[in-house]
Formats: sequence, structure tokens, C-alpha cells
Amino acid sequence: MPFDLLVSALVAGVLLGGFYAAVTVGISIAFGILDIVNIAHPAFIILGSYIAYILNAQFGIDPVIAGIIALPAFYVLGAAVYQVYYVSFEKRGKEALSGLAFFFGLLFITEVLLILQFGVDYRYVQAGYIDNNLGKFLGLSQSLPKLIAELPMRMLVPCVMSILMFGVLLIVIKRTFIGRAIMAVSQDALALQLMGADPVRIKRIAFAISIATAAMAGAFLIIIQPVEPSVGREYIGRVFAICVLGGMGSLTGTLIAAVLLGVAESLTATFYGPSWAPAVSFGLLLLTLAFRPSGIMGR
Amino acid sequence: MSAPILEVSGLGKRFGGFVALENIDLKVAPGERLGLIGPNGSGKSTLVNCICGTLINDTGTVQFNDRDLKGLITHERTRLGMARSFQLPRPFFSMTIADNIRVPLLYTLNAHRSEEQIAARCNELLGLVGLAGKATQFPRDLTQVDMRKLELARAMAVEPKLLIADEAMAGLSGSEVTDIVNLLITLNERGITVILIEHIMSAVMQFSQRLVVLVSGKKIADGAPDIVIRDPEVERAYLGQ
Amino acid sequence: MRTMSTWMFALVACVVAAAVFFFVPFIGKILGWGDYIYIASYTVLQYVVLATAWNILGGYTGYVNFGSAAFFAVGTYTTVFFHKLYPLPIPILVVLAAVVGGLIGLGMGYLTLRLRGAFFSIATLAMAVVLQTLIVNWDFVGGSRGAYVIRPASIVLFDSYIQYLFVIMLALVVIAVTVARTIERSALGYGFAAIRDDELAAEASGVPTLKLKLIATALSGAFMGMAGAPFPYFIGFLQPSGVFGLEYAVNSIAMPIIGGTATWIGPLVGAILLGTLQQVATVTISSAVNVLMVGLLLVFFVIVAPNGLVGVVQNLFRKKPGAPS
Ligand SMILES: Nc1ncnc2c1ncn2[C@@H]1O[C@H](COP(=O)(O)OP(=O)(O)OP(=O)(O)O)[C@@H](O)[C@H]1O
Ligand SMILES: [Mg+2]
Repeated sequence: MPFDLLVSALVAGVLLGGFYAAVTVGISIAFGILDIVNIAHPAFIILGSYIAYILNAQFGIDPVIAGIIALPAFYVLGAAVYQVYYVSFEKRGKEALSGLAFFFGLLFITEVLLILQFGVDYRYVQAGYIDNNLGKFLGLSQSLPKLIAELPMRMLVPCVMSILMFGVLLIVIKRTFIGRAIMAVSQDALALQLMGADPVRIKRIAFAISIATAAMAGAFLIIIQPVEPSVGREYIGRVFAICVLGGMGSLTGTLIAAVLLGVAESLTATFYGPSWAPAVSFGLLLLTLAFRPSGIMGR
Repeated sequence: MSAPILEVSGLGKRFGGFVALENIDLKVAPGERLGLIGPNGSGKSTLVNCICGTLINDTGTVQFNDRDLKGLITHERTRLGMARSFQLPRPFFSMTIADNIRVPLLYTLNAHRSEEQIAARCNELLGLVGLAGKATQFPRDLTQVDMRKLELARAMAVEPKLLIADEAMAGLSGSEVTDIVNLLITLNERGITVILIEHIMSAVMQFSQRLVVLVSGKKIADGAPDIVIRDPEVERAYLGQ
Repeated sequence: MRTMSTWMFALVACVVAAAVFFFVPFIGKILGWGDYIYIASYTVLQYVVLATAWNILGGYTGYVNFGSAAFFAVGTYTTVFFHKLYPLPIPILVVLAAVVGGLIGLGMGYLTLRLRGAFFSIATLAMAVVLQTLIVNWDFVGGSRGAYVIRPASIVLFDSYIQYLFVIMLALVVIAVTVARTIERSALGYGFAAIRDDELAAEASGVPTLKLKLIATALSGAFMGMAGAPFPYFIGFLQPSGVFGLEYAVNSIAMPIIGGTATWIGPLVGAILLGTLQQVATVTISSAVNVLMVGLLLVFFVIVAPNGLVGVVQNLFRKKPGAPS
């Protein structure tokens, strides 16, 4: 096995994994913590990609900034979706079948609306750094070690920004009142009552945050690769594989699992061909479900 | 005591780091009426779940009619003749009251029963608990006490040798409690061993021939009811909370 | 409770099917569609089988399968595989597809059904992606380029090959609906419903839940595979992206839910209504708008009428509570 190829595949995998963490963190909150099986999450991510695309194409705004601009809108969208979900399903105790069907419907509605609006052509964004590697971008091609200098900015920026977003979320969850209330919502209804928090409100906030992350993840996605509406479905297997592997709702577990999957996919793509990569996540998901449903971080 | 119908020995159960049950020993004689009490969170329901196979105990054994139940899942234990009612009633909400009873009737007797036999047994059970007039209603239309009765009727439909009633009377009024106690005593008189878990002391005292007390996952007393409730350790546990 | 026996029902279903067989050409004439009426009806009937199959698992036991397209594709590619290897008559292919679909359902179920329901749903969703990956990489069945399956020019006993396919699908509908109805009224049906309502209570009532769930996934997978088996001969040229397409995934869930999941009538009504609507609509609007319409209807129904059209009608006609099925 050529050593260089292995190393660069590993590095690419880690970069990819960082990005996957951003893609998955929304699911980890919704599914892992709130127990809401939001299978439409990838569709919201693609929606985020298209918003980044519009802002970038129309106004030349940097995609990452575009993602940040879209955050509040996605937060509101998330709060609205939760409200509908709560009133229609959670309150009636019908979340199992009907709730799943609801999100399934949302997935298709979002995807088809995007198809109707933008067609099935691939869209991409433009920014100065996207086609560069780190060495060229910093003008340090000569002085940096080759491996580092050749890191593609297209992967590096999303990865770094993802980890940044991840860190912010971790701090919010661990350090703030809202964050602790969100964790309590899933584990300890009594503690939540003692904190004097309204569980529905806390869940709405948490779900809104989870959808808001899709705005960022979408922007990162369209930096990494051109996007068309059905790309989202490839991510369904991935995000749930990562979420389950990471131990459902453990944010640290999510990060580790994301990097693991990124590396596994990158190695598969390098040594067996990229057309096999989508199968990796599913295989991993099935193996996890079959042998270790509590995930790598589980007891 | 004759050979026990149920014998729990050295049973332990943890949830993560939390020890819910520790080294529980319990023998129940055939035909006995046993009361199981303990403060909230003392592990009573957890013990029931371990006995019935809803949870898997970490240590110890559960024997039913001299048979080790290890590895048997809930429905297999049910088919051996062990029935339970749930602390919070869990009826099949989409089915009528009669159909709720039909499910265990269809799934527990090895010998094939004809449609008529099933219908007859179903009516008999509904009559026994006093729900005969509500056979075609749905669980959501029932009152609390009827819901408890349905829970008991469904447990009875598995033709159990042992019935474990987990707080069959929580939230009921005085006369309703007497109703259920009388019902349980009737069942016991028909030869069914009954374990009753209950917070309402008057009901427990009226019902039990023997009393077992759990506190923080440990068995602290086991004996005649009037002696057990005067046990200083038991008094302390109840006053402490 | 007055109920028809299974054999009586099967007989009635056959009579209805025969009536459909004779009426469809008439409708074709009136609309001036010619043979196209067979193409349209075949598609609707195919959805009846898919929706009924989905409902055996999803409606009866409450386990949501998102991978209908994958099971359908399994049936389809079983046919393609044998077509390349050694062409067999379609009824035999249907049986083979049922076996393969059933086995895949069983395998999926075995791996995930011991866990919470959501995991099963997610696994089926991911499975669609992976099976598609496998097919795309499998050159023997055409890979990503797709496969041509040339149908014979004529077939004995039938006016045209498309009429033959239509009759096969009609037969599958009769079988699927009869099986679904029989299950509903049997001990199996009570067990399924108990699982859907409360698995813990079902176990405590002596219901072997895992075994029953596996029976449901296997049956459901088998019928979906059957629905896909004649498809290559119907379509002539098939590509993975088409077979694994949106329409199948969304329709086989939307149709039972819109019709009503509690009984065999729901998927039948939902598939006929929605399927016909789509057939009429494809003439006028794009397939994307089609999927959009189905998605919107699905969301509308789960929110506003979770018991589907059957539930709506029942509510209209029910004077007193009680007296179900
Ligand atoms: N699945 C579980 N996971 C974690 N902890 C659990 C679980 N089930 C029970 N516990 C804990 O185990 C302890 C015993 O619970 P259990 O339900 O057996 O008490 P109980 O004696 O039945 O109380 P009550 O009288 O309120 O019904 C409680 O502290 C409870 O929080
Ligand atoms: Mg309890």
C-alpha cells in the first residue's frame, strides 16, 4: 500500500470528518437528545446550501458569511417546524408513525421545491480560497511542509469552521442555563421542573438550534462540492450512522464518530473507488446497530 | 413452606452506576398473598421487571416452579404462567376492551381454542372484573378504576399461576380500592398466587398474608404484616422519607 | 361480527379483478388512450401492491419502512439478473423476487428490530442508498448505465404483452389484498396491532413480538419484491436512478397513510385515488410537481386526518362510538 496515498487519504478523511460533525450535530440534538427523528435534516442542509449559493451568486457574499446570515431564519424555521410537530404529534402521543411520515413528507417537499426552483443542475459557490491549497493561500508554499501546504482550502475551511461551530455549541450546552436545561429535557424531567423551565419551550429552542446548524452545514457543503437537490439523501445514512455510532446525543461522541466515518470513507474511496463510499456509512450503521447500539461512547 | 412457586435469589440490578436492587432473596409459596411495599424509587417495579423479563438482572437467579428463567424473554415467561399488571395502565389503545383481552387469549394457551371458546372466556373475564357492559368501548373512554380492572383482566387472560399487580390501586378512591382488593382476593381464592405492590397501607394490610419491604434496593423485612410494620427499621425508612 | 371467510373474499376479489379487466379497455376507448390505458392501470395496480405491502409492516405493526424503493428495486433487479442469465416466465420471476425481497426484509429486521422503531426506519432509509450503490457498481445487471430488457413481441392468450403484464399485476393485487385482509382478522393481526399499540404490554400478554415483527418485515419485503419483478419488462430500459426513484419511496408511504393504515381498505383506496390522480396529472404536469403534490398531501393528512380517508369516512358515518372493523 503506497504510504503517501495512505497518509493523504487519512488527512482527507479527517478534514471530511470535521465537516461531517457539523452536518450531524443537528441530528445529534434532535434525535439524540430530543428524541425527534428528523429525517428531513439533510433537506434543510441542502436548503442552506442553496441560500449560500443565492447570496454568493447575487451579492458575492462569502459562503461562510452567508451561512451566518441565514442562521436566524433557520432558527425561526426550526421553531416553527417544532411547533407543528409538537401540536400535531407529540402532544397527541402519535410521534412514532405519523411523526416519521411528517418529516419524510418535509424531506420530499423541500427537495422538490428546490428542484422546481433551481432544476437539477449542480450549483457551486465562488470565493477566493476555494480552489487554492493552504500553501498558495498563505503564500508559503515553499516554507511549509508539503503535506500541510497541499491541504485543499475547499476542505480545510469547512472543517475548521465546523469545529469552531461545534465548540460554540459544546460551550452553550455545557455552560449555559439553556444548555443544561436541554440536556435535562432528555434525562431528568424532575431536574427540569426544579430549574423551573417549560419543557416544550426548551425543546423548541433546542430544535430551532438544531435546524440553525443546517444553515452553516449547508454553506460548508457547497464549499466542498457542487450541490443539487437530491444530494441531501446521500447524507441521511451518514448523519444517522454518525449519530448512532457516536452514542446518540453525546456531542463529543458525534465528533469522534464523524472523524471515524470520514476516514473510513476516504480510505474506501482511495482504495476501492469513490462509487463505493456511500455504502461505508450504511455498513457502519448496521454494524453499530447490530453489535453496539449504545455507540462507541455508550456504557 | 411448600416448594416455592417463585424463588428469587441474590438478584441485583444496576442502571449505570446506580444500584437499583442489591442481593434480593425472595420466596413465594403457591397460593400465597404477598404484599411488597417500599418508598418511592425503592426498586419495587424494577424487581417486577426483572422477574418478568422486561429487564435483565445483572446478578442472581429467578426460578419459577423450579425452573430457572435465565434467558427467557417476557412472552416466554408469560406463557409459563406468570402475569403482571403495569403500574401505569398500558392498554392496547386502538382495540376495544374485548379485543384487549383477546390478545392474551390468542397467544398464551398452547392448545388451540375455538372462536367460541375464546369469546366465552373473554366474556367470563370481563364479567369477573365487572367490565362486561363495556366490551365494545375503547380504553380511552374508560375511567381510572375501569382501566385498572382492564389491566387485571388482561393479566388474568394469560391463565397465570402467579399474578404480580404493580400498584393496581394508585389514584383510586376508597371504595374503588376495596373493589380491587376484593377482586384480587377472589382471584387468589381460585388458586392464583398474588404479589401486590402498593402504597395504600390499608389495602396492603387487608390483602397480605405476608409482607416484604424494600428500601433503596435492599430487602429489609419479610414476615407477618402486623409484625413487619412495627419493625423499627421499617418505621424509620417510612418516617425518613 | 359478520365477516366473510378468506376464500369467499378471494372469490369476490377475483370477480372484481375480472370486472376491472373487462372495463379497463372500455375506459381506454372512451379516453382515446388506446394501449396507454394498460400502462396507466399497470402503474396504479403496482402502487396498490406496494402500498398494501408497506401497510402490512407500517400500518399493522407501526414500523415505518422508508426503503420501499429498495425492496421494489430488489424485485426488479432479480428479474434483470435472471433475464441476463436465463430468461424465465414472469410468474416464476415474481416468486423468486418475493423470496429475495423477503430474505432482505428478514435480514434488515433481524439486525434492527430488537431496537427502537426509529432505528429500523433509519436503517431502511440508508439501505436504499447502499443497495443503489451495489447496483450501480454491478456491471452484470447494467451498472450505472442501465439495462435493456427486451420483451417478447407477443404472448399466447393475450392481445398484447402490456395486457399480459397488466393481468399479472392485477393478480398480484388480488393476492396482496387477500393476504393483508386475512392477516388483519387472524391471531397474527391481533398480535401486530398489539405490537403497534404497546410492545411491552404485548410481550406481557404472551405475544412473541420479535418473531411477529420478522414475519411482518419478511411478508412486506416479499410483496414489494413481487411488485418490482415484472417492471423491467414493463419499462424496457431501466436505470438505478429511476428504480430507486423518489416516486416509489414517497408513494408507498403516502398512499396507505392517506387512505388509512388500520385496515386493508386504506392502502387500496389511497393507491387507487392517488395513483389515478398522478396518472392523469403526468399528462399535464411534470413528475416533480407530482411528487410535490404527494408530499404535501402526506403532510396534510398526518396532521389533519391521521386515520386517513377511511377514518374520515368512518367518522362521518359513525353515530355511536364503538363497533370497529
Ligand atoms: N430504566 C431505568 N434507567 C435508569 N434508572 C431507572 C430505570 N428504571 C428505574 N430506575 C431507577 O431505579 C430506582 C427504582 O425504581 P423503581 O421504579 O423500581 O421504584 P419503585 O419502587 O417502583 O417506585 P414507585 O413506588 O415510585 O413505583 C429509581 O430510582 C429509578 O429512578
Ligand atoms: Mg413502581
